[in-house]
Amino acid sequence: MSEIRPPRLGVVKLASCDGCQLTLLDLEDELLAIGARFDLVEFPEASSRRSDGPYDVLLVEGSVSTPAQAEQIQQLRERSRLLVTIGACATAGGIQAMRNFGKEPAWRASVYPQPELIQSLATATPVADHVNVDIELRGCPIDRYQLLELLTALRLGRRPQLPDEAVCLECKRRGRVCVLVAGGVACLGPVTQTGCGALCPSYARGCYACFGPREAANVGSLSAWLGADRPSGAVDRLFAGFTGYAPPFRDASARAMATFQPPAATGEEPD
Amino acid sequence: MATDQLHFEVAQLTRVEGEGSLDLRVGTDGSVAAQLRIFEAPRYFERLVVGRTPDEVLDIVARICGICPVAYQMSAVHAFESLFEVPIDPAVRALRRLLYCGEWIESHALHIYLLHAPDFLGYPGVLEMARDHRVVVERGLRLKQLGNRIVGILGGRAIHPVSVRVGGFTRTPRSADLEPLRPLLEAGIAAAQETVSWVAGFDMPSFDREPRLVALRHESDYPMNEGRIVSSDGIDLATGDWGQAFEEIQVPWSNALHARAADGVPYLLGPTARLSFSADRLHPTASAALAATGLGLEALRRNLFLSIVSRAVELLHAIADAADIVDRYVPPARPAEPWEPRAGTAAWATEAPRGLLFHRYQVDSAGTVQHAQIVPPTSQNQAAIEHDLELFAPAVLELPHEEATLRLEQLIRSYDPCISCATHFLQLRVERPE
Repeated sequence: MSEIRPPRLGVVKLASCDGCQLTLLDLEDELLAIGARFDLVEFPEASSRRSDGPYDVLLVEGSVSTPAQAEQIQQLRERSRLLVTIGACATAGGIQAMRNFGKEPAWRASVYPQPELIQSLATATPVADHVNVDIELRGCPIDRYQLLELLTALRLGRRPQLPDEAVCLECKRRGRVCVLVAGGVACLGPVTQTGCGALCPSYARGCYACFGPREAANVGSLSAWLGADRPSGAVDRLFAGFTGYAPPFRDASARAMATFQPPAATGEEPD
Repeated sequence: MATDQLHFEVAQLTRVEGEGSLDLRVGTDGSVAAQLRIFEAPRYFERLVVGRTPDEVLDIVARICGICPVAYQMSAVHAFESLFEVPIDPAVRALRRLLYCGEWIESHALHIYLLHAPDFLGYPGVLEMARDHRVVVERGLRLKQLGNRIVGILGGRAIHPVSVRVGGFTRTPRSADLEPLRPLLEAGIAAAQETVSWVAGFDMPSFDREPRLVALRHESDYPMNEGRIVSSDGIDLATGDWGQAFEEIQVPWSNALHARAADGVPYLLGPTARLSFSADRLHPTASAALAATGLGLEALRRNLFLSIVSRAVELLHAIADAADIVDRYVPPARPAEPWEPRAGTAAWATEAPRGLLFHRYQVDSAGTVQHAQIVPPTSQNQAAIEHDLELFAPAVLELPHEEATLRLEQLIRSYDPCISCATHFLQLRVERPE
């Protein structure tokens, strides 16, 4: 990247909670330095300064969830040299992707009295299903130190160093007592990529896969092991969360979502 | 439109959380019609929680909003505990208030310094403002960091914390874990006092109307997790009974359902409403800072631009309150009380940084959610925002187009709208005839 001018950085969102882009503002100690080293040309949540691009780096939060977003992501890709997806929504579809296992019209009708007024796609899908993605930052939300590492690496022109190992390894290094082995708590740490700092086990609960499946995650083996002493359905539902649409978790999520139906008494249409 | 004398349009509102636009039309007869258009994509949260257990709901509803996840967890957890009649340890109650103080500090500091102050000082954003006001911006960032630090200690991380469970927490801090907060809170009180006098000195646009206000009021505390839903015109309801006086309707121009009072009159939530009803519940430190501004409660209530002052007073209150909680903290005997589910309706409202947040869940005998209604503060404020824009717009129509638009946006930001929350929200469009 040129030293003559700072890289043009954009931050945009699709369907999401804004938490991942907020993470940039949560780098309180580094925010002003980042502002000096990048030309933050587009970040509507934080600034009225606007730019349609081109961007040297574009951070995209959220999943593709409406017809307008499906068009928007194509245009954003064309205007971006490096497109970086940030967070579980952008990289795996997010919690809203659980509707992909049901019938979206029924979901829409269950929330809105006049569903015909709402523009929505049947599915909420990760950005990589639509356009080429250069770098992914996982997490629900992303980890701010990973974001800082990404920005530092981009500014220095090297590859960002992002962990790709299981939460278990991080947990062991931190000397946590295993909640699964010692406490019998259902934990997705063995199949989940770290980045959170083994947060949930540190807070006496099982991992719920915010950072999504690690490479070569053996979901079948963990499911069988956890299922041995749990009621039917108790394991599948663990996966049907914030990264449940990621391919390794998808079968379990589908089985779980089939059971999450509104009772007949509510008058809502089941999936 | 041929009948429009003026048409203001802001295609995407900036420095707000989420995506919306404003469309404001001035007719040749002088009438003004404002529509706040929320094009934030719907995510169907009410359906996403169907079939889930109460603890799963706490993880899911946090994801409605990255800025106020604790508010969603607090309304939900109190709803379930109320239905299941779970006795809550006073130390757990204090920790939940501390957690909520953390979120108020983070959210209010973000809004005051990063999102709203640039309007008053004439900058597009905080980075440009920092070039001329670096010390001030750094103060704001320290305050925001303090809020995040509190949520981080109690919940593991500032965004989507992981420790809140029905009955209590997965883990509660030892006294030593809270110790590092003491000097930070002490410095925070001084920084928040400076914040109150700083924003009170801003050049305020004039805007005078008598709003209908709704907020929680509590018998002894400044309202957060508990109290009764009260209004400036006599509504007085238990927190679970929101539906007795209010309802949700859908309008064609918004992906956020509008909430309205049964009589259809718009109402205002948030710092202005809370302060109006509960100034007598403020921490003495915050009370003194408010008095020192020379601004009376009537002025704060009638001119919405002064909401930045109300927000700063609440920022100070939350820090002083947090400092007291940390001082008195004795860990609970156990992190969570055991509980048994029962069928019924779990309903509760708490005070999110932006205002009253109501949740209602119908659950079966296993505690599984059958139906959910989540009414965020911004969807309740939508009608009041549109109504206030219509009242305020005539005062700026003579200004140059760009400045008029800026003033209209500044008014909208005075509500601290949270659009991701409301969708199930904002963009301003303004057009003048050739």
